[in-house]
Amino acid sequence: MPEVKILRKWVHDPEQHRMEVALSRGYYQAARQALTEMKPDEIINLVRDSGVRGRGGAGASCGMKWGFMPKEPTPQRPNYLICNCDESEPGTFSNRELVEYDPHQLIEAIVISAYALRVRTALIYCRGEFLFGYERLNEAVQEARERGFVGEKIFGTDFSLDIIVHRGAGAYICGEETALMDSLEGKRGHPRAKPPFPANVGLYGMPTTINNVETLCNIPHLINHGLEWFWSMGTAGAPPEEPQARANWIKSLGTRKSTGTKILSVSGHVKRPGNYEVVMGTSLRELIYDVCGGICGDHDLKAVIPGGSSMPMIPKPIAMDVQMAFETLQAAGTALGSGGVIVFDDQTDIPQVCLAIARFYKNESCGKCVPCRIGTDWIYKLIQRIVTGQGRMEDIELIRDVCINLGGERMMDSRSYCPLGDAAAWPIIWGGLKYFQHEFEHYIRYRRSPVGAEPALVGAH
Amino acid sequence: MLSEKAFAAIEAAKKRYPDPRSALMPALWIAQEECGGWLPREAMADVARVMSLEPADVQSVASFYSMYYKAPVGKFVLEICHNIACDVLGARRIIDHVRERLGIAPGETTGDGLFTLKTVECLAACGGGPCMQVNSRYYENLTPERVDAILDGLRAHAEAGAPPPLPDERPQPADDGDAA
Repeated sequence: MPEVKILRKWVHDPEQHRMEVALSRGYYQAARQALTEMKPDEIINLVRDSGVRGRGGAGASCGMKWGFMPKEPTPQRPNYLICNCDESEPGTFSNRELVEYDPHQLIEAIVISAYALRVRTALIYCRGEFLFGYERLNEAVQEARERGFVGEKIFGTDFSLDIIVHRGAGAYICGEETALMDSLEGKRGHPRAKPPFPANVGLYGMPTTINNVETLCNIPHLINHGLEWFWSMGTAGAPPEEPQARANWIKSLGTRKSTGTKILSVSGHVKRPGNYEVVMGTSLRELIYDVCGGICGDHDLKAVIPGGSSMPMIPKPIAMDVQMAFETLQAAGTALGSGGVIVFDDQTDIPQVCLAIARFYKNESCGKCVPCRIGTDWIYKLIQRIVTGQGRMEDIELIRDVCINLGGERMMDSRSYCPLGDAAAWPIIWGGLKYFQHEFEHYIRYRRSPVGAEPALVGAH
Repeated sequence: MLSEKAFAAIEAAKKRYPDPRSALMPALWIAQEECGGWLPREAMADVARVMSLEPADVQSVASFYSMYYKAPVGKFVLEICHNIACDVLGARRIIDHVRERLGIAPGETTGDGLFTLKTVECLAACGGGPCMQVNSRYYENLTPERVDAILDGLRAHAEAGAPPPLPDERPQPADDGDAA
């Protein structure tokens, strides 16, 4: 079985959230070692050389982001660390599990990361719907404070840290890092223009690093087990011996390869849905057929969304032959995104899936910029017209046109203020329409579902 | 409109953050909790006063976030996910069932003030779809029968003080099948 247990090792233990239990399993030893034996820059270098990339969706090199933070913050211009726990990407539910059942893993990771980044105040932005996780995080921070792992002079060092757990209130856009900062400042969650980047002008205008829950949870394990161990998992292969070649190899990790594990949230028509932690580069075929037991009810596979709803779906022939890693999925015309894997069987009505996707982005567009506010609504209305039997053949090209004006002529060529616009356009134009245009045409020609599905849910919001 | 206790809690939240304005969202949560699960205009005006903001500023923030309710809601808010994974696993059957059973459309509240039905976007419980939240607690792997049991349990909880039906907030075994 390709499943590994590192970040998810203890999530099935109902007592794991308690400090004593976490301590009995060696938690906070990495934090003690980091704070008492390592210099902040040593940790930053370790994270950079590991090649760990952002697990929240964008896949940016974590070490590179950390490298942009000022080395000597002042009381007037402090550094901030924000943990992004606003997990809302449709199909993704791994952060929720980590904070609900193993919050101390994250708290320890934040202590280490804050020390490395010279941060005195770290904030966790917890999704509003995660009331249970919010309560668990607050309890865990309180326990850590009682033990002296959070607060003044941690482990007898000069390092002090406060952790604030902030609860959102239902807005997908707040998972976007600049919108998240506006929300934390007590405003509407509107994205900001970049540059300036958060490492320069972030929360309250101060240098800020924002990392996803899962990204941060890798840090204690990296301290405990080291680089060679981390590199041994993933698509990079073994490092070369020769020093210059080795240095180049390390440099390429954070952008061209994928190291470590990834928690994949599998849902849809599989026999055993759930979260599974696998080594980067595990094949999607193995994930679906071995780990998740295959497709429900002996149906055949039709398509898979491999990285949350923002990423284009891929049809069976491509899905059967792709590895779950940043660069391999990119080569297949989609992306690893947040690791939300939604599996569709051969009875799935793809235009209806696209309708659900389009409705989501229409509902969650923050309204700040015109291409997104108007574009998402237009895409939704066009798809709705088709699946309710009112479609015209020229609607297909019209959808394409709106998608291009919103998400660009190819991926990463966006026209909107923040990536939400891309996320609305990509799955339709580079997923649904690219591989299943015939299903849209069937709807337009015969005014009914190509697979005999029940009428779509329309106007229920 | 808000109590002294709520004002004190908001003042404490203001001190918690590097900038007191960051306490606006916690303040709205405190106000909503105190006002029976929604935010009347007067409560937002109180929040504005204690936060030293204009009422319009507070309303503009409150209106941005879907979990701050701007109209009264029932004692139990049923938020059923209608996003991709739940939809392909039969969420619309669940929504139709609740509509029929309670006689209300999404956005409406039952005459007895017990239930409000809402359809919502992904709740991050796709592995247990179709799913819903009731007052921010998760119920997963829904079937019409399970929904009936949950609704009966909630009603008994409200009317006879019975313990509420257990939410699905527990570690799921790796090969979790049907939680019903």
